[in-house]
Amino acid sequence: MPSAFRVAWTIASKDLLLEFRSRTAFLSSLIFTALVLAIFNFARDPTAVSTVDIAPGILWITFSFAGLLGLNRAFALERENRALDGLLLAPASRTGLYLGKALANLVFVGTVEAIALPLFAIFFNMPLLPVLGPLVVVIALATIGFVAVGTLMSAMAVNTRFAELMLPVLMLPFLMPPITGAVQVTSKLFGGRPFSEVVAWLKLLTGYDIVFIVLCILVFEYTLDE
Amino acid sequence: MTAARVNIADHAAPGGPALAVRGLTRSFGAVRALRGVDFSLDSGEVLAVFGPNGAGKTTLLRIVAGLLRPEQGEVIVGAEPLARGDARHRRLIGMISHHSLLYDGLTARENLEFYGRLYGVGGTRAAALRALAAVGLEERATSLVATMSRGMIQRLAIARALLHEPEIVLLDEPFTGLDQQAAATLRGLLGRLRDDRRTVVLVTHNLDEGLELATHVAILVAGRFVECGPKRGDIASYRARYAQATSAGA
Repeated sequence: MPSAFRVAWTIASKDLLLEFRSRTAFLSSLIFTALVLAIFNFARDPTAVSTVDIAPGILWITFSFAGLLGLNRAFALERENRALDGLLLAPASRTGLYLGKALANLVFVGTVEAIALPLFAIFFNMPLLPVLGPLVVVIALATIGFVAVGTLMSAMAVNTRFAELMLPVLMLPFLMPPITGAVQVTSKLFGGRPFSEVVAWLKLLTGYDIVFIVLCILVFEYTLDE
Repeated sequence: MTAARVNIADHAAPGGPALAVRGLTRSFGAVRALRGVDFSLDSGEVLAVFGPNGAGKTTLLRIVAGLLRPEQGEVIVGAEPLARGDARHRRLIGMISHHSLLYDGLTARENLEFYGRLYGVGGTRAAALRALAAVGLEERATSLVATMSRGMIQRLAIARALLHEPEIVLLDEPFTGLDQQAAATLRGLLGRLRDDRRTVVLVTHNLDEGLELATHVAILVAGRFVECGPKRGDIASYRARYAQATSAGA
């Protein structure tokens, strides 16, 4: 029987190949990202609230909703021809299945974020380079937690009648801690605050990732029961 | 097809059945799909299950495959009850369902290689090409499933289900959508499975196709077997018994 990591790699490769060929979710997420950033850019009043105060929130709202579009696709792929039955019939570990889906989602969301970040810098005139290193770390930490929870919720929502609507409803309450933490750290980084002010938030993000990755692996196989 | 075959004898009790189900019941809301179904099959036996729409045939197969849990009863593979999440049992089972379980965005060969890796089949590329040849699709190895006809997809689904050389093969209306040539190919494959002493459960409406391959026959009506046992009598007698059972059940 293949190991969980081999299964994870097989699932992730297949998902990414399918997405690379269709590019449906990827292009939708990118267009959504550009539109949200453009709308916020023109809707805000820079004389009322400073850019440094409002921009981190906008960045993370954009990341979250663009990511949701990608997560919806993770198990929607398996609805086609009931391919999910094929996965469940195979002697592949459920942990491998979860990790594979999460890995593909991580690559997907990470790619969208990598393209969205320069757009954000352009629209909001934010200096990225001085804070790029720490910003990448906080984006990575928040994205890992986001994807860990989102992959589980996507599996839960896939067999419901309105899966696309169910996913945000199920997921957004769980996203409060990582998104709050990410907004706080991003805000302090752009505000030039000392590192000591963000340590607690980084610990929260790290703790959230560890707890939810373990929890999601343990719970995942039960979400697939018919 | 020659993948690494896992022998059911590794799991079976000496002299015991290869596959047995005991007292399976399952409901969906108020609808009782199965009401205490029992059967047992040895290696090399083929059970054809006939029944009208809604009789519970697909539910029975999905429970035996481990895709659904019964409310009561158990499925015994070899000597061991089918346990939740037991990968060893899943390795022994191959299933052809109403749906192809294939990805439209992958080619025929990529689909088989993907499933080959999930089943731990060694030499996945070669195994996939052999499986394609066995169902007459070697020329379409690099075609996307989305571009294939219904009959080709059904043949590819059969190749997918048999890729890992399962000891127990479950087939849900496998002749649906096949042209005459493809149906003959499938009959040949199923005959080889029987000769190779695999255990087969075949669910179908088509008495002619089912009886040709079966060693055992069951008639399922409203979630119960009204008849189950070794094949006896000719097709005319089965037609009469089937008509009687379904009219009584209705």
